Amino acid sequence: MEHIRTTKVEQVKLLDRFSTSNKSLTGTLYLTATHLLFIDSHQKETWILHHHIASVEKLALTTSGCPLVIQCKNFRTVHFIVPRERDCHDIYNSLLQLSKQAKYGDLYAFSYNPKQNDSERLQGWQLIDLAEEYKRMGVPNSHWQLSDANRDYKICETYPRELYVPRIASKPIIVGSSKFRSKGRFPVLSYYHQDKEAAICRCSQPLSGFSARCLEDEHLLQAISKANPVNRYMYVMDTRPKLNAMANRAAGKGYENEDNYSNIRFQFVGIENIHVMRSSLQKLLEVNGTKGLSVNDFYSGLESSGWLRHIKAVMDAAIFLAKAITVENASVLVHCSDGWDRTSQVCSLGSLLLDSYYRTIKGFMVLIEKDWISFGHKFSERCGHLDGDPKEVSPVFTQFLECVWHLTEQFPQAFEFSEAFLLQIHEHIHSCQFGNFLGNCQKEREELKLKEKTYSLWPFLLEDQKKYLNPLYSSKSHRFTVLEPNTISFNFKFWRNMYHQFDRTLHPRQSVFNMIMNMNEQNKQLEKDIKDLESKIKQRKNKQTDGILTKELLHSVHPESPTLKTSLCFKEQTLLPVNDALRTIEGSSLADNRYSEYAEEFSKSEPAVVSLEYGVARMTC
Amino acid sequence: MEEMCFQWWVFLFCLSFLFAPQALSTLDSITLMYPFFYRPMFEVIEDGWHSFLPEQEFELYSSATSEWRLSYVNKEFAVCPSYPPIVTVPKSIDDEALRKVATFRHGGRFPVLSYYHKKNGMVIMRSGQPLTGTNGRRCKEDEKLINATLRAGKRGYIIDTRSLNVAQQARAKGGGFEQEAHYPQWRRIHKSIERYHILQESLIKLVEACNDQTHNMDRWLSKLEASNWLTHIKEILTAACLAAQCIDREGASILIHGTEGTDSTLQVTSLAQIILEPRSRTIRGFEALVEREWLQAGHPFQQRCAQSAYCNTKQKWEAPVFLLFLDCVWQILRQFPCSFEFNENFLIMLFEHAYASQFGTFLGNNESESRCKLKLQQKTMSLWSWVNQPGELSKFTNPLFEANNLVIWPSVAPQSLPLWEGIFLRWNRSSKYLDEAYEEMVNIIEYNKELQAKVNILRRQLAELETEDGMQESP
Repeated sequence: MEHIRTTKVEQVKLLDRFSTSNKSLTGTLYLTATHLLFIDSHQKETWILHHHIASVEKLALTTSGCPLVIQCKNFRTVHFIVPRERDCHDIYNSLLQLSKQAKYGDLYAFSYNPKQNDSERLQGWQLIDLAEEYKRMGVPNSHWQLSDANRDYKICETYPRELYVPRIASKPIIVGSSKFRSKGRFPVLSYYHQDKEAAICRCSQPLSGFSARCLEDEHLLQAISKANPVNRYMYVMDTRPKLNAMANRAAGKGYENEDNYSNIRFQFVGIENIHVMRSSLQKLLEVNGTKGLSVNDFYSGLESSGWLRHIKAVMDAAIFLAKAITVENASVLVHCSDGWDRTSQVCSLGSLLLDSYYRTIKGFMVLIEKDWISFGHKFSERCGHLDGDPKEVSPVFTQFLECVWHLTEQFPQAFEFSEAFLLQIHEHIHSCQFGNFLGNCQKEREELKLKEKTYSLWPFLLEDQKKYLNPLYSSKSHRFTVLEPNTISFNFKFWRNMYHQFDRTLHPRQSVFNMIMNMNEQNKQLEKDIKDLESKIKQRKNKQTDGILTKELLHSVHPESPTLKTSLCFKEQTLLPVNDALRTIEGSSLADNRYSEYAEEFSKSEPAVVSLEYGVARMTC
Repeated sequence: MEEMCFQWWVFLFCLSFLFAPQALSTLDSITLMYPFFYRPMFEVIEDGWHSFLPEQEFELYSSATSEWRLSYVNKEFAVCPSYPPIVTVPKSIDDEALRKVATFRHGGRFPVLSYYHKKNGMVIMRSGQPLTGTNGRRCKEDEKLINATLRAGKRGYIIDTRSLNVAQQARAKGGGFEQEAHYPQWRRIHKSIERYHILQESLIKLVEACNDQTHNMDRWLSKLEASNWLTHIKEILTAACLAAQCIDREGASILIHGTEGTDSTLQVTSLAQIILEPRSRTIRGFEALVEREWLQAGHPFQQRCAQSAYCNTKQKWEAPVFLLFLDCVWQILRQFPCSFEFNENFLIMLFEHAYASQFGTFLGNNESESRCKLKLQQKTMSLWSWVNQPGELSKFTNPLFEANNLVIWPSVAPQSLPLWEGIFLRWNRSSKYLDEAYEEMVNIIEYNKELQAKVNILRRQLAELETEDGMQESP
């Protein structure tokens, strides 16, 4: 709280991001310990979590006030104009402090209290159990076993305690191999394909330099290939571009020499590094944040950012991996440099292609826990949770989510969850509201005592899972066991709902998805109603047959009473009552759209013509 | 399967137009084309040639306004060869004046009513460019005609679908634009929409880009950009939105024209109606719109969509003007998926038939050709006769449709305007999973209807039982 000097500023303007005429809403800006809140004159609230703020910028003073531009990690951009420079300066300084915390203890998760008791909290953390997951895959088995080598994080600090390795790989081999691998990240099991008896393994680059060898490492790889009874050949996938891998050799690192390892096939797949990805996203955001963007600028920007090219590269690598297993029945070892960015992308996406379990809501959580959280993807550094090295920030996990989104687009029935689920997860990798994504590896998380001091995100998502269900999901179709996406360039599209999540004017005005989802819900309710009604009718009928004699008697005495004709309980069901909300066509006000600019041009030049700009017109029927 | 084959046939036929104009150039007469030999395999319930008569369309307005009348001045196609025999004009303007105005407008296309906005009585008119020439010719009757559509003290907008530069250059060739001095109640806006070969080249580039599956990402994106197709879509939609904005928000009538008034003009007038008029978002209403604003309004379909098939020397007239219109409708449909009675297949079907069809609807360049010279009504079958059969209609019906009586404002930002995959990528990738998902969606909607019906029946039943019981219990 010591950072907050001004808690409330009135008469602040929130500018429309895309309006060239500086259209704005006036309201009050509040600064709380965790959020920035703007309430406009229509009482609409805009909440911005401090942790979501990626950058705050104070622009040059204008006649109407001091502009403050805030860019968020969830791709929201807001542009305020604060009437007094002093207030603006105070807010600016507070936000700078609040958005960049120096230590974990100051993050939201440590103060966030969803009113659960300790046992509920613990249960929440136990929801995802990785030992259970390995059991589901079919390990341990005759070829794979749990190793206790890293039980105390002695061999590799960034790996989890529990690791699965080939049964024939002894501890000295493991220790030897880990010394030959960058950051000690030796080859371990990531996914086991029960049908094919083939494995996806992961590690970091070998410290091979120009000629170094390590017998234990060679043995470990051999053990992995021997653990596959069908195909003795295994693939080693280096997910980096060849040039990068070669450059690493000069630093005493590098890649496997096929001559030194028996039975391996070595393959580069060319995914760029975190720095390339970071600047690629930056370019993309610059382009699509432009006011009055032309179609050509949009596509040339999309091209020069290289973003979709990178997405395609990750997808292609995952397909290569999945094919090696399904077509050739071969095990695959995946690595990049340190084996926590590209390796996580490729292993998790490959598993998702192979195993329909990971396409369910629960399974997707498990996948993230396994390949991202437990194997030490550096969430805190990549998401910039703390005030740290900006060069460590990179949208590696965002790319993974985008690849999954592309798959949901190509296979609309293969996923139990919808886009909303992906967006929600993306929201929370940056929110620091839950403990799951804090820290950079399991060891660090244990030291932070996250399980005692913070809550897990997953039970909250699961509780809300109705919101994230894909109404078209078809769990029965076995054809979807392995997904074979088409990666011809034209299949990759700009993910508007991610990068323009908060720019409602760019979205379709009616959502087919919501409509079908509500209808699915309604169908369930109707099925229940039918059952209720049928049983009530049955009851009535039984009652009637009992009283049929009396009825006949009475009938002749009392003529029909007209008031009884219309029963109270009989009401014609109106079609789709749940839909009323949907009919509000969001962002449909004319003024939201950019063609009004053209009208403004001529209305300005001639004051006699009324301006074509309008306030928010409600399009509700 | 049969349908698949047919679609393939049509597609290949279209492709042959796009890429091999010489292949079919030996056919030098329209009357040798397929529609003249086609005999329907279905029973004609409603003759589509008489489904959308101008008189019926006029009746829709006439209850709301008495300021307009039908004119038969063009009965013999003598005043304007590209207009239909019956047009709607201001009541206060007599046929004699119309004849004079026709001499002042390109191709004799004097301003006629295109759309009447019942909400506020504002109108869209369309015409050809005024023939002012370099010496600034005027025509009193023309000025009187368009002023007759304005209420006292009101202003109107003239939307010229050419840039100011192009419009100025047109003066040298006898054309031009309305001088504000002579039309003081009107404000002119120039919204440039591309024409002819520029559009055709754009289409060819786009189809090329889509058909080459070997393109890497950068090349694909740069080819997509270089085709400029989506730029044209954005331009056209923007102009249409502006027109709709003038009518609905500004409360001002508008006159739209380009040069001839048969291409970009029609794109803008028809799309503005899609935005403004709920009826044009129904199947029948859309058919009426195509009939009124494209076929009867004299869009030269023969030249734009089919000419290259039999006369490659005049290929310069070829242009996907109608396809761009359909693409724009698809863009709006995508943004308002529940507000249209028809689905994407309906638009694809219209695209196919505009280029190659067993029906006569899209043959000829205007009413005078199709009626007098080709006698299409007697010799060929109307597309609408086939489409409007209940069995066919079901394929084109949008299961999500819920009548929406609002004006619908689409977004025209590039992020909101994707490539129409249903047309351009249709043959380049399998849509199996997408089709299955669509079917599933239809099933959910059908099931919902079934359940609703069942619940209603049961409720009624229960109510009846309760009534009977109530009678028993009453003393």
